[in-house]
Amino acid sequence: MAIISYREALRAAMRDELKRDENVVLMGEEVAQFNGAYKVTEGLLKEFGPKRVVDTPISEAGFIGLGIGASMLGIRPVMELMFWSFSYVAFDQIVNNAGNIRYMSGGLINCPIVIRGPANGGTNVGATHSHTPEAILASHPGIKVVCPATPYDAKGLLKAAIRDNDPVYVMENTILYNDKGEVPDEDYIVPIGVADIKREGTDLTIVAHGRAVITSLKAAEILEKEHGVSVEVVDLRSIRPLDEETILASVRKTHRALLVEENKPFCGVDAQVAYLIQARAFDELDAPIGRVSSIDAPQIYSKKLEDLQLPYPARVVEAALKVLA
Amino acid sequence: MAKPAVITHPESLKNPAGPSEYSKHPINSSLTKEAKIALYTKMARIRHFEQRCIRIYQQGKIGGFLHLYVGQEAVAAGTISLLGKHDHIITGYRDHGHGLMVGMGMKECMAELTGKVTGCSKGKGGSMHYFAPDKNYWGGHGIVGGQAPLGTGLAYAVKFKGQKGSCLTYMGDGAVNQGAVHEAYNLAALWDLPVIFVVENNGYSMGTSQERSTAHPGCLAKRAEGYNMAWDVVNGHDVYEVRAKTAEALKRAHEESKPTVLEIFTYRYFGHSMADPDKTYRDKDEIKEYRDKKDPVLLFEKELLAEKVLTPELVESINAAAMEEADAAAAFADESPEPTVGDITKHIYWEEDNRGKNTTSSGTIIFE
Repeated sequence: MAIISYREALRAAMRDELKRDENVVLMGEEVAQFNGAYKVTEGLLKEFGPKRVVDTPISEAGFIGLGIGASMLGIRPVMELMFWSFSYVAFDQIVNNAGNIRYMSGGLINCPIVIRGPANGGTNVGATHSHTPEAILASHPGIKVVCPATPYDAKGLLKAAIRDNDPVYVMENTILYNDKGEVPDEDYIVPIGVADIKREGTDLTIVAHGRAVITSLKAAEILEKEHGVSVEVVDLRSIRPLDEETILASVRKTHRALLVEENKPFCGVDAQVAYLIQARAFDELDAPIGRVSSIDAPQIYSKKLEDLQLPYPARVVEAALKVLA
Repeated sequence: MAKPAVITHPESLKNPAGPSEYSKHPINSSLTKEAKIALYTKMARIRHFEQRCIRIYQQGKIGGFLHLYVGQEAVAAGTISLLGKHDHIITGYRDHGHGLMVGMGMKECMAELTGKVTGCSKGKGGSMHYFAPDKNYWGGHGIVGGQAPLGTGLAYAVKFKGQKGSCLTYMGDGAVNQGAVHEAYNLAALWDLPVIFVVENNGYSMGTSQERSTAHPGCLAKRAEGYNMAWDVVNGHDVYEVRAKTAEALKRAHEESKPTVLEIFTYRYFGHSMADPDKTYRDKDEIKEYRDKKDPVLLFEKELLAEKVLTPELVESINAAAMEEADAAAAFADESPEPTVGDITKHIYWEEDNRGKNTTSSGTIIFE
């Protein structure tokens, strides 16, 4: 077991899978010679050569579509989007082609593609580069979406994604790239669709994904130290498939739920989670479900205000105390 | 009345009637009598299948859109007749002709149109979404130009695997103004991919003529020069010429791993889809001119009668058999069962269809 960063964990996953399966190809803008815009793929061109690690032009609809076509013939492309925000110019490929082809062919064609890259705000780059499209994409049957919060999950989920026979979209977070954690050297996967209890507790369930998990864990510390509240933090890890049973089991234990995500509130992931809890654990609830999302506006550029637009520990604590009141 | 639209065929392609100058081309002269008859038969089958579809559509049994290939038969027939084991095909929504050419059965094709479970996509795709991956046919795509990057990716995979193959990526003249097509052109040329972009130019992107849609006044294939790609223009009414010029592009793909844009001039006799009354953007006389003088099936028939490959009796029996086959397909489509409500949530994920096998995920994947 080594202590490595989230970035290194992603790289280790790709290195392992490049070695394991000769059909795995990494592709994207600046992934090869430049060593990755965020250095996630650093050194992989040198190790695996230009057939396996491929620089593309700035042409997302073109190269993502190319990867989808290649995947239909058995290649396993791992496509990097420099930002998931750039997926919007490739939306037809990502949704219509990758997401529908298995269905429209009556199950005759598989599309084992992985698209990965950062999907987060909080980096002071303005609205066009700060989208979090996990809810948008997960709303399309045929697509899988995962959002790792820790180095361990980043490696395990990416490896599972590369081995998966359906399109899997991996949403990372640039603010987490330097976070460190324990990651096994040996082969393992984190199964897609299995949530993880990141902290056990008895008084309140917080459901979160991505960096909101880290924020929620910090809030849970404060709630325990300053308010004597025991908080359980459920990390969804995967948006679709969704681990409904782990969410429900936690709510049945604590009887109170707070949902935290970095998405905007309208039609966010937590809208679905809130529906689930009221539909299947209504009688277990001792209080209305609480929710913390980004403030509902395009992502603001101003750094100081952007930090306040996103969920942060004090805001989560405040919302938790309301649910607990 | 608006001025009739002008189809910007190069002068040399305007008068294709008469014996084909490509009949002596080795790719054609080397064909056996049986192969020529088979090629004619396939064109006739496409014609009769499509004409049978019109009747079924008019009976209200085909929902959604129905884009007919009548008039364009020589394009699919000529190009696909040349393909080998590692050559792949992908196209847009006018996809019936390509499907029949690769060897899909009329029955499964017809049943797909009526949304039956016996259809090639089990009633989940419809007219615009035929697939037969076992025959290297990757669809059947509904969004104009969206298939261009996919075809480029199929060619990429062929090259990656070290196979001597290609991907014929078809699109209409309307697709050349889509960004995805230009991105595909650039990638194909940049990475030397064995892809052949076949622009089936039938003169109209839906109801908009080329001169009202495309800034470039000349032939559309010339845009390839902007990407340092080879290109050619083809008379799509002459199946021999289609074969001769496609063969050159295939050679370029197979031996040099280089892409080509082939613009094949053709014409559709019916509206953009059956929902198009076809009254606002072109003259009836224009359609008649093509039907009378440039019909690809009749021209090939004349050619083969002159070559004494076909006889009038044989022509009659081939056409009668094709009509009979189309009738049988229509009856099959009629009698076939509908998919069930339970079928709606199948074939979405590989994982869901293969529960118990080596899947790497769990959780709720289909929501209530």
